[in-house]
Amino acid sequence: MHKLFIRSFVSSLVFLFTLTVAAVAKDVKAAFVYIGPTGDHGWTYQHDVGRKAVEAAGFKTTYVEGVPESADAERVLRQLANSGHDVIFTTSFGYMNPTNKVAKEFPNVKFEHATGYKREHPNVATYAARFYEGRAILGTIAGSMTKSNVIGYVASFPIPEVIRGINSFTLAAQKVNPNIKTKIVWAFTWYDPGKEAEAAKALIDQGADIIAQHTDSTAIVQIAEKAGVYAFGQASDMDKFAPKAVLTSVENNWGPYYVERVKAVANGTWNQKDTWHGIGDGMVVISDLDSAIPSNVRSKVKKLQADLASGKVHAFTGPIYDQKGNLMVAEGKTADDGMLAGMMTYVKGVEGDIPK
Amino acid sequence: MIIDVNFVGLIIASIMASAVPLILASCGELITERSGVLNLGVEGMMIIGAISGFALMTVTGNLIIAVFGAMLAGVLISTIFAFLTQTLITNHVATGLALTIFGIGISAMIGKNFVGIPGKEFPILFESLKDTIPLLSPILFGHSIVFYFAFALPFITSYFLKKTKIGLIVRAVGDSPESASNQGINVKLVRYACILYGGAMCGLAGAYLSMIYTPQWIENMTGGRGWIALALVVFSTWNPIKILIGAMIFGGLTIIQFHMQAVGVRIPVQFLTALPYIVTIIVLVVISRDSRKIRLSTPSSLGKSFYKDN
Repeated sequence: MHKLFIRSFVSSLVFLFTLTVAAVAKDVKAAFVYIGPTGDHGWTYQHDVGRKAVEAAGFKTTYVEGVPESADAERVLRQLANSGHDVIFTTSFGYMNPTNKVAKEFPNVKFEHATGYKREHPNVATYAARFYEGRAILGTIAGSMTKSNVIGYVASFPIPEVIRGINSFTLAAQKVNPNIKTKIVWAFTWYDPGKEAEAAKALIDQGADIIAQHTDSTAIVQIAEKAGVYAFGQASDMDKFAPKAVLTSVENNWGPYYVERVKAVANGTWNQKDTWHGIGDGMVVISDLDSAIPSNVRSKVKKLQADLASGKVHAFTGPIYDQKGNLMVAEGKTADDGMLAGMMTYVKGVEGDIPK
Repeated sequence: MIIDVNFVGLIIASIMASAVPLILASCGELITERSGVLNLGVEGMMIIGAISGFALMTVTGNLIIAVFGAMLAGVLISTIFAFLTQTLITNHVATGLALTIFGIGISAMIGKNFVGIPGKEFPILFESLKDTIPLLSPILFGHSIVFYFAFALPFITSYFLKKTKIGLIVRAVGDSPESASNQGINVKLVRYACILYGGAMCGLAGAYLSMIYTPQWIENMTGGRGWIALALVVFSTWNPIKILIGAMIFGGLTIIQFHMQAVGVRIPVQFLTALPYIVTIIVLVVISRDSRKIRLSTPSSLGKSFYKDN
């Protein structure tokens, strides 16, 4: 009896204390869940740069790195939601179901899921970047500058995001140079510098004089530098890794969005929405153009960049044909977001098959 | 595919370059295992070597400090393993696994400040001779000193084990520590030395990745090569020359499958990606099927703790 009394007394004290803390701490706390380590200098690294921007804007943040896209994710999310975070950013596609599941249990916590499409509860928003716009810029540069008309492309996994990038790149390159071929090599990894380097070497040996990549490490641009061919940086500005080879990079810039959304939580103006921002909104950033790019190409690129930003030009404007010559997008039409989100066929001009 | 002689030479050179970390780590681990110690911490020691080499190179700018520092880092971390398994007689398998986990974790921690920094250029030898002989010159010339060392190492290791007295002692300790001990050999000392040597070679293998092959630091950059090196030791039946063959086949198929993709060979990519693993195992099993020789070269006391009553 006595023991029970003490126990309930202590627990009510703890409860009171928690209440007080909750009442005092009005500061908005944001949490970030990462698929990889922050030291990958790629996908996760760029999200963490965004998190630091939130911190710089005066908010408290926490992050958990290397969270598998499994039941572990749910556990981590529940724990973050339980420990007083007001908004949780889940930064990988595979967190889609765990995010929605945990969001149901914590209606007062806001959830922001990157690259997904499920918003099953009013407290779940989704966001993604139109990286394919950046790849259209790269394609334009590559098509204009290749001498061998063979462009190498190191790809990671056959998912719509990657296929969309390959297609956007190839379409833009064909527009300036109808003779180019895009050779794809699948590395089946997001980052493994050794493997990426080997893939890039193979493409260079096969005659590619410009290498694009959809993997995260800087190994590819370094190999290009050694071999004396051109390359493009991925996720962050990779120029300092290969000053001669890197023509430009497509940077993932999450900071402004993160700051805006955390501020919205603080002001009570947060609402559920689906955000898919591109060059125009600054979520996709094109790094400085290298001096090796001739001025006529440079002006072409600048114009395309401005037109993509204003919406005057869409990267997927018809007529677009698939590899077999079937019409994918009719003349004068543009691909809608639904088609882009599920894109799993190559356009004409890409060599090889998509791994099944 | 354009088949010209120099092209073939270039591909062979790429294959050799990709085999270097496997050869170094495997030959190091081979000595450790021949002394009867199973160290599953290869991946951990490699990653520690990778970050140490890269960090020292970035901070000091001195190649020699960086390369030897990476080896020393491998030695230091393997000392923990040696102390645990030899002095405190812990289980080899569990301790080795712990070493790998520890190495990956601590390298990530040290490496936080080194992400996103380009590596410095590593000098290569005989660059001026690169275009002299068709086919052979890209293979022979224009590589780093570590590259040449790696290709000499299997032969040195083989000679050491077969022809030298110390090599005999190492083998004796691995086969029958009791008899060796009765002969007056300090088993613990020999095993300590072999573990530390293995650590040094794994450290060098890691440094090759972060300083020469792909000069940069990112977390987990060894990407499982430590495990492949470990498997090579077993599948080569503890024979350094077969390690060389296995590493070349493995590196070769990894690179050739990329070429096949680039050329557009219509084989499922997933199969091509799995090919290096499958073929390496098959070839090594086939060339090592002589059971009498396997019995001769397998350290019979591998992974068994030895303790002497004092």
